[in-house]
Amino acid sequence: MCLAIPARVIEVNEGVGLVELAGVVREVSFMLLPNVRVGDYVLLHAGYALQRVDEADAEETIRLLAEIAEAGRNQA
Amino acid sequence: MTMRYVQEFRDGAAAQVLAHRIERASSRPVNLMEVCGTHTVSIFRHGVRGLLPPPVNLLSGPGCPVCVTTNADIDKAIALAGQNGVTLATFGDMMKVPGSYQSLQQAKADGADVRVVYSARDSVRLARDNSQRSLIFFAVGFETTAPTIAAALLEAEQLGLTNFYIFSVHKLVPPAMIALLESREVRIDGFICPGHVSVVIGSQPYEPIARRYGVPCVISGFEPLDVLQGIEMLLRQIGEGRSEVEIQYSRGVRPEGNPLARELMYRVFEERDADWRGLGCIPGSGLKLRPQYRAFDAEEAFAVKPPPTKEHRGCLCGDVLRGVITPPQCPLFAKACTPEKPIGPCMVSSEGTCAGWYQYGSSS
Repeated sequence: MCLAIPARVIEVNEGVGLVELAGVVREVSFMLLPNVRVGDYVLLHAGYALQRVDEADAEETIRLLAEIAEAGRNQA
Repeated sequence: MTMRYVQEFRDGAAAQVLAHRIERASSRPVNLMEVCGTHTVSIFRHGVRGLLPPPVNLLSGPGCPVCVTTNADIDKAIALAGQNGVTLATFGDMMKVPGSYQSLQQAKADGADVRVVYSARDSVRLARDNSQRSLIFFAVGFETTAPTIAAALLEAEQLGLTNFYIFSVHKLVPPAMIALLESREVRIDGFICPGHVSVVIGSQPYEPIARRYGVPCVISGFEPLDVLQGIEMLLRQIGEGRSEVEIQYSRGVRPEGNPLARELMYRVFEERDADWRGLGCIPGSGLKLRPQYRAFDAEEAFAVKPPPTKEHRGCLCGDVLRGVITPPQCPLFAKACTPEKPIGPCMVSSEGTCAGWYQYGSSS
């Protein structure tokens, strides 16, 4: 039940807006996360944005995981 | 269509390397508890158990909100739904969970006006568009969900709605983790802490668990590589004799959490003692509306007397929720109790531990 999905903000309008995830557009409330901008990735839970995805952090983790995967492929 | 920040955390080659690292880091047998039901589902779905060396045992905890909701609370929701002029709305996960005598889904089939909503905001809309009916939102969920209910209530207040009510069975996760440690029924060597609860509460509430009880905590994300990395971090702590709160899921969880979400949650709710299925009454582990929001409190507005509660005979859901047994140890599992004919909530909910074992157990 505590599922929250990363979704990209495509419209912001006075506390509400639209996000896109996997091609589906959904209405969202920004009441718990104001100051969101179009293009941000947010964690969407039950119609509310709960947190901004820290993209720099996410990219860094993805880079590390890619290195790990590469090391694995080289060993195999 | 690929999903950004999801797909990248499912790479098979990286999973194999992380599994090797876990094997190298593991020495003595350890019990790691994943507290959250969403973790339980992810661990099963992605076959994480199958990647772990035998000394690393994963226990599922009490982190499925509908599973820990007591029969008494479900019975009360059904009684509320049966009142004249009442529409009861709730999240889909709650519908099939059996109370003492029936589920909300059965009550609906018998004529009660029960609606499934995706968001608490939808229930505010239902109240606004049906002003002649009373709309009760049956509010279930942990710290992830409670702020969204608080926000919806504040919206209903702003709209001046007088037909919107909340029946809150919200629960808080850290008190349940401490209750498990206090009971000493199961040895827990490390907690995989719930990622999305922590998006709201941050890392601080787990500090007493790490410091006072000496149990390492790692807040993990939900993709398989997140979980594997979280397990590796826990094993490192155990190996080095540390017990700290660490954040693996740093792309979503800040140490301070989401202070605004917490502020709204505590503006509307205050803590109360709450009954958990399997764990009994845990002090300060529930949320009820503050006195100034009494007008929205379904328990105040509607005097219902549900019939005496009764437990599901032979069902060991409570022991499963405490990590004392695994589902196959329950005599009903996969025999009298299946997802098609569930007896207890842990087999009903998609996040239930029994449902996970039933669907994926033999393959992982």
